[in-house]
Order: sequence, then structure tokens, then C-alpha cells
Amino acid sequence: MLQAPEITPEMIEQDKVYQEMGLTDKEYDMIKDIMGRRPNFTEIGIFSVMWSEHCSYKTSKPLLKKFPTEGPQVVQGPGEGAGIVDIGDGQGVVFKVESHNHPSAVEPYQGAATGVGGIIRDVFSMGARPIASLNSLRFGNLNTGRVKYLFDEVVHGIAGYGNCVGVPTVGGEVQFDDCYEGNPLVNAMCVGLIDTKDIQKGIAAGLGNTIMYVGSKTGRDGIHGATFASEDLSEDSENKRSNVQVGDPFMEKLLIEACLEVIHSDALVGIQDMGAAGLTSSASEMASKAGMGMEMNLDLIPQREENMTAYEMMLSESQERMLLCVKTGEEQEIVDIFKKYGLEAVAVGKVTDDKMFRLLHKGEVVADIPVDNLAEDAPIFHKESKVPSFYEEYQAMPAYQPAITDYNETLKQLLQQPTIASKEYVYDQYDSMVQANTVFSPGSDAAVVRVRGYDKAIAMTTDCNSRYIHLDPETGGKIAVAEAARNIIASGAKPLALTDGLNFGNPDKPENFWQMEKSVEGMSAASSKLNTPVISGNVSLYNESNGRAIFPTPVVGMVGLHESLEHITPSHFQNEGDSIYVIGDTAAEFGGSELQNLLEGKYFGKAPAIDLDVETKRQDQLLAAIRAGLVSSAHDIAEGGLGVALAESLFNNNGFGADVQLDGDVTTLLFSESQSRFVVTVAEQDRTQFEAKVDDAQLVGTVTATSQLTVRNGETEVIKEDVTTLQQLWKGAIPCLLKSKA
Amino acid sequence: MKFAVIVFPGSNCDRDMYYAAKDALGEEADLLWYQEANLEGYDAILIPGGFSYGDYLRSGAIASTSDIVVQLREQADKGVPILGVCNGFQILLESGLLPGAMLRNQNLKFMCHFENLVVENDETIFTSKYNNGEVISIPIAHHDGNYYCDEETLARLKENNQIVFTYQNNPNGSVSDIAGIVNEQGNVLGMMPHPERAVEAILTSDDGLKLFQSMLENWRERYVAGA
Amino acid sequence: MKLVKVHITLKEGVLDPQGKAVQGSLNTLGYDNVQEVRVGKYLELTVDDDANIETAIEEMCNKLLANPVIENYSYTVEEGVVQ
Repeated sequence: MLQAPEITPEMIEQDKVYQEMGLTDKEYDMIKDIMGRRPNFTEIGIFSVMWSEHCSYKTSKPLLKKFPTEGPQVVQGPGEGAGIVDIGDGQGVVFKVESHNHPSAVEPYQGAATGVGGIIRDVFSMGARPIASLNSLRFGNLNTGRVKYLFDEVVHGIAGYGNCVGVPTVGGEVQFDDCYEGNPLVNAMCVGLIDTKDIQKGIAAGLGNTIMYVGSKTGRDGIHGATFASEDLSEDSENKRSNVQVGDPFMEKLLIEACLEVIHSDALVGIQDMGAAGLTSSASEMASKAGMGMEMNLDLIPQREENMTAYEMMLSESQERMLLCVKTGEEQEIVDIFKKYGLEAVAVGKVTDDKMFRLLHKGEVVADIPVDNLAEDAPIFHKESKVPSFYEEYQAMPAYQPAITDYNETLKQLLQQPTIASKEYVYDQYDSMVQANTVFSPGSDAAVVRVRGYDKAIAMTTDCNSRYIHLDPETGGKIAVAEAARNIIASGAKPLALTDGLNFGNPDKPENFWQMEKSVEGMSAASSKLNTPVISGNVSLYNESNGRAIFPTPVVGMVGLHESLEHITPSHFQNEGDSIYVIGDTAAEFGGSELQNLLEGKYFGKAPAIDLDVETKRQDQLLAAIRAGLVSSAHDIAEGGLGVALAESLFNNNGFGADVQLDGDVTTLLFSESQSRFVVTVAEQDRTQFEAKVDDAQLVGTVTATSQLTVRNGETEVIKEDVTTLQQLWKGAIPCLLKSKA
Repeated sequence: MKFAVIVFPGSNCDRDMYYAAKDALGEEADLLWYQEANLEGYDAILIPGGFSYGDYLRSGAIASTSDIVVQLREQADKGVPILGVCNGFQILLESGLLPGAMLRNQNLKFMCHFENLVVENDETIFTSKYNNGEVISIPIAHHDGNYYCDEETLARLKENNQIVFTYQNNPNGSVSDIAGIVNEQGNVLGMMPHPERAVEAILTSDDGLKLFQSMLENWRERYVAGA
Repeated sequence: MKLVKVHITLKEGVLDPQGKAVQGSLNTLGYDNVQEVRVGKYLELTVDDDANIETAIEEMCNKLLANPVIENYSYTVEEGVVQ
């Protein structure tokens, strides 16, 4: 461990101590120029975390600029703790996704728990009440003890934290592929509701105003977490356990309630949570955003351990801490509000006008840094980009044609593929109903949370099929956004905006950077076309283990609005006798499909094609039909194709079955993963109107009362199976894998 | 009718309980911070779910030592209806207002889903609008809902008809499938499932509403009609 | 200063789901000789010197630290390390 006091500025330069903190020679020289002298140990530590990828986006910034971020619905775009969209009635929805991949790989329970805590703080520090959590998880295949352990503990950690703070975990996704074996992904999203008049900003404005610290005391945990998140995971990551912070959801719950009371106080000027890079990033960003400087006395920081150095305090990532800027003379008002909740708000500094970030410790100035350079002038790198040879090989391959003889058996096997199988084992551990607003909990296409007191609801989802992105990042990027929007539409809501959780490998490898570039371009194109601007997000790079990168996984978290509760549409079939329609055309597209994975154990060839004009038209027409009250149920067709979508639509324990007629190539019609498709049901009397509104809808069958799924091709029954049998296989798959011996 | 909802640090179903009484039932309700609460003058007291004090020692244990529990005992002795749900039930057990204790769920996991409950005693002030044997769908959301008591206590609970709700398919290992019990006087009900989350059809089930309606009906019969 | 070490365990006869799970795992790992596991809690209290320290600890255990319906407790009092 680096020890601060003995290391002089000269030694930092000569021995290149900064390299141990993740800074390059070039960056060190830039810092020396900014400072006009050699930085001391505390100062170089502060720069190293602020200039890490996690805080500065130095690698991804040129790509992030491509995202559309504006629209009439956008109240707050990227740059604050979280983005905000307008939902009418003076209300906004606040949301953001954030990754906690590396901490979760090392200590899965705490890594996942603190990931949930961090994103919730981002949302309530904007002044919003957190109303829902979602997550997006990726693990290796459930066939080793280590993967099972990571899976169980991550879920346990999300549950342990989320359940205690009283924010319902209403949705998410879990997928399994070998590329995530050593580097699981844990992305957590939080959605909040705010009266737009209450929006807070993380600013330290007003010369002489007081900086106050509240929440958990600062300990030595998580030092260099932000830098850690910006490195490859290696064999000795297990030894970096000291990097992992421990969460205290009870403290978080108190902070939520206290902060939501504090925002109504006129004494408050600005508020920000201490996330990655803790006190350093929150304090310097608050000052820089306000165009001011800040002076803090570290002797006043509440400390959990003895003899902490300035370096340790500034880099600690102890959880559940907030920094506030408060009007001078009105501090007591803030102190009293926190006191009610058993929390102590402590004055630790003041706003200055010299644009310097100055820290005092034991009577000495231990850091004195131009704050704008620190917060905003991190170098931007334009990385080299190169088309990977495997991409060209995939593109050159002839279309993959799976050979299937027993469709019934194939459907059963697909339903047991872990990525398709029921995630009840996971979401049953989450409190999905606290706050008593959850209309659709996990297991639906999109989660739906009503807005109490109004005739409207919020739809939300997380999505990303990384197999397609691996095969073709641009097309896959488009699909990720389009699929998220499809889920929102199927629930009856209009998509409003998205947050992106970009998870990639080491960007220094040109092939990886090319994947980043292309997937961001694809996502941007789809976001523009579907009118869902990107209003917040997170970048997690260096997701590799033992030299192997994960599939590029840019998770899309999307939020939509039901303009009336009447529009809320379930994904399961609702009534016997309803007609079953498939919206969209099906071609033989099996590259990156679940069927390919099942039969070949790998992914290759071309990703399914997507035409964003067609996508938009179908989404708009389906939403119009839903709003006209013509649709009983709607479900998007995704992994496993129509066969899986039909079966899933019946897994609601209501005893229904379906009679379906599919004429053409059965394998394609049942299992192809062609894009821009839905399966919907319509009542007999609404069929004419529905067909008039939705161009590409083909009638394929009827909902029956027999609890049997029958699919015919001509006169031949290609699938005939009891729904309960299918449902049991689908439900039992994950628990069964977990129980089997590794 | 006027309901008090006690809010402990870490309560998180306090608002849900408040809205159930106020919006779904249409009666008066106040959220009372545990340190400032004066329970005098309320017609019923609701102790909500959540994780009081993080449930860090044992679920409900730390809350059960707070001053408000002294007031709670006084009100219980006076016959004021008291409903403790989930963590509220755990607090009632820890404070001795109801017999027994909670253990970790048999599968050791937190679980959250709808369960079918069987109404075992429709003669309490909380269940008069249900019928014995009626099956109702109410969500559970707990980690420590595995009700335990010794055989002697169980025999007494049965003899006095204190078992109010049982699980149709026991999810957590509770003794005798117990989901909810009343005290001997019949005015303190503790239950693990959340009736306040099942008071509107849009939230999947409104089977919990009759519990609040029973409280209202009994209050009316006792005070309004009698006055 | 005294260091009080409090051990809290489930009473005999009370089902211990955690203990059962740990036992199952140990048996799966091949430790077939493990017949029973009981999971408990261990607390360390640093307490000012007091003649009635044992009475006070008894009270603490009965009032808060242990739940007498399901748990037993035991404790030891040692000389604390003066910092």
C-alpha cells in the first residue's frame, strides 16, 4: 500500500509513483503544467481518481458526443447526477443506470449492494423520491461453482440492499454467456419521481457559503475504487478486496428521508452524493459547476478510523455520504432536519471565489489545485480503432440454417436455456411491491409503476442482446435500443428517453474500441429515430478477465409513459377466444440466436437485420391500437423467436392454451429472431378495427381454454404440448442448474 | 375513524399503510414519527413493515425497546385495535405484545410474491367481513417470516382461536402454517403478509381491503352506532 | 475497561435453517462427520468497569441482545485493552 507522508513530490516524478495510480507519463506532465509545480502525494491521488475513466470519460467522451441528448421531453440531460424527463402535471421522472462490475467480481454481495445504493443516491440527490429499481446482470454459464456463487451472491446483495431501503426492484434482465465467466456485469438502474420545481443541482455557489458533510463516517474502504474500475480484472484482483466498500442500507434509508426533507429548506444551495472518487469528485465538481472554488478542512471530516491521511480521506469510497452547500448562517436549520433522523450534518468547508480546490489538514495546506482543470480538463484520448477480423469472417459467412426435426423437443429445450428460462428464482428475492404502486412486476416485458393520484403510469425496462452486438455492433446497438422501446410499447406506454450502461473491454485494443464506436453509432441512430434521447449513463471499460473481453454490452435502460392507466397492457394472453396476431415479417435469421447457441454452443454469422423505419411504423401503429382499446395483450418477440413468445404468453396460470397455424418454413417461423415483431391478442369484435390500424399484422391463431399449445404447419401438428409441462420446464431450469453439482 | 401509522427509522411500508387507510378506505390517517408520537386519541394504530433500525440485531428487536412501545402497551390494554404487518408483526413479537418469535425463512431467502391465505377466524375486529375458510390473495415480502412458538403456546393459540390467517401453501416454514395471530383480547393482530399492498384491483388484488373495512365497521358499531 | 464477549445461540429444539444449510454444504464438501451445525451470534462489548457488570450484562441480554423465546446466551468478562 502506498504511504503518503514519506513520498515526496520529487519521488513521485522520479519513481513514477503516479503510474501505480493509473496515470500515464503524459498525464503527469499535464498535471505538472496545470499546477506550475510538482504535485504532492495527495494532489496526484486526487488527479488520478478524477482523471480515471470512471470519473472523466476520457476514452469514451468522443463517442458519447454522438448520442442525441435533446428533445422537448428532456428536462435534464447528461451532466448531473441523473437525467430527467417531463411527464406532465409538473412532474418529472429521474433515472440513470450505473455499473458495479469490478467490485462485484471480487466481492459479489457488497459489490452489488453498493451498486444499488450508489445509483439510488444519484437519484435522490436530484431531489427525487426513488420509486423503482431495475438491474441488468450478466454471468458465465451456470456450470461452475464460482459462477453459481457469483450469481447467488449478486442477487442476494441487490435484494439485501434494495429491500431494506424500500425501493421496489420491479424489473431487469439476466443473461448467461461464457464471456462473462470471470467478469460478471452488474448494472443497476434507479427511477425517481420529482415535482420539477424541486429539482436540485450539485453546485457549491455563493461566496462564503458553508460546505456540510452528512452520512456515514469516512473510513479507509474503497480507496482507489474509481481507478480499480478502470483496469482489467486479473488473477490478483481477488487480493484487492480492500477496494470493496460495505453498504449500509439502513443509513441510506435515513439519508433518503432526510434529504427529501432538506430539499424543501431555503437554506440549501446544492447537494451531491459522494459516489466514485468520494469526497474528491463531489467537492470539486460542485465547485467547478458553480464557477467557484472550495476550501475544506479535513480535520473536520467525520472519520471512522484513526490517523487517516489526507490522501486516504480524499480517495475513500465509504458509502452513504452526501455533500451539501448551505447558506451561511442557516446551517442550524439543516443540522436540525438531519438530527431528527439521527444523522449529523457537519460543516467542513466553505465556498471561495478563487476557483481553487484547497484542502487543509492539521494546520497545513495539503492540496491546492485549480478546480476547473481537475474537474473538466481531463485529457481526452482518441483511441485507435480497427475492424476485427472475426467481424469480417462473420459477415462473409453464408446464412446459418439450423436443422431441426422435433419442434416440440426444441421448444422445450429453448425454454430451459438459462437466458430464456424464468427468472422467478431471482426476482422472488426482490421486494417488487413496496410503495404499493407496482402494476406489473418482474416477469413482464416492461415493469409498470403507476403514479399515485394521477391517471398515468411509468413503464421501464432494461435490455441488451450482446450476442448480436458481438456479431455486428452497429446493428446490435440499434437492436438494443429498439428492443427496449418495443418492451415499453408492448406495455402500452410511449417511450420517452433512455439511460445507457456501456460495458466494454479494454479500449486500448483497437478491435474493442471499434466495437464501442460502432455500437454507439447504432444506438444513436435508433435513439434519434425512435425519439428516445440519451439523458444519462455510465461507462465501464476494461471488462476483461485473463485477457479475454466480454461481448460488448451497452445496456439500455428505457422509461416510457402511460398517458392513461387504461392503456396498460399485459404481456400474457387474457381471454379465451381472442385472436392471436403476429406483427411483422419473419425471415430465416439465426445468427446470434438462442437456437444457434443451443445447437452449436456458439454464435456466428450475421446478426438479424433491422430497418428503423419499419420498426418505428410498427411501434407507432401498435401503440395507436392499444390506445384505441383494441389490444388484449402484447408481447415482443425476442430470444427464441415466436415459439418461445407464444409459450411465454401462456405462462400466467390462467389455464389458457393456443391454437396456432403457421404455414411456411416451420423452423424459421417458430425460432428465427427477426426483429421488429410482436405477438398480440385481439378480441373478436375488435379485429376489423385492429387490422385497419396495424399494417403488418397476420392472424395466426386463437386463445383456447384447453391449456395446450398447438402449432400446425398445414395439417401437421408440429407442436402439441401441455402448457403446464412447458411452464414447469421453463420455471425449473435455473433452480435445477443451481442445484446440480458443479 | 382516525388511524395512527407509527414510523420507525427504517420503516418502509409506512406510506403504503397510510394510503390504504386514507385513500382505499377513505378514513383519516396520520404518519407519526416514533419519537414525537402521541397515540392518545387514535381509533386504531398501524405498525408498518420495513427494516426498523436495519433489522440489524434481530428483526424488530431494536424498535421494540423504544419509548413508543410503552404507549403501544397502554393502548393495547385499553383495547385500541393495533395492526402490525411484517416488520410491525416482528416488533409486536419482540415487545411481547404477541407470543412467539420469528426465524429466518426455511429457504434462507427473502421472498416476495402473492400467497393464498385461509381465513381461520372471522370473528375478530379485523376479519369480520371475511368468512371462515375464505381464501384471499395477499403478498408476502420478508426474510424472517418463519413463525415459531413452543408447543404449549401453540396449543393456547389454537384453544383461544388466536390463529387468524394461515398459508394455503406454507412458504417459509411457519409453525402450523401460521400467517397471522391475535392476542387473547383480540385487539392486537400481527401478520406477515401485507394487506395494505392488496387494496386496489390495479395492484393485482384488493383482497386486503376487507381487513381495513372490518376495522372500520367494528369501530362504527362500537362507537358511532352506540353513541 | 472490560471486554465482554457475548455468545447467542438458538435454543435447543428450535429449528435453525441457517445451521441446517451450513451442515448440508459441509456434508456436500465431503465432511460427512459433521452431524449438526448451529449458527449463532457473537458480540464484543467494551464496557466501563463496574462492580455490577454481570447484572448489567444479564439485563442487556434479556432486554435486547437475545430473544428469550428462541435464544440462549452466555458471556465472559475479560480485562479490556486500554488504548
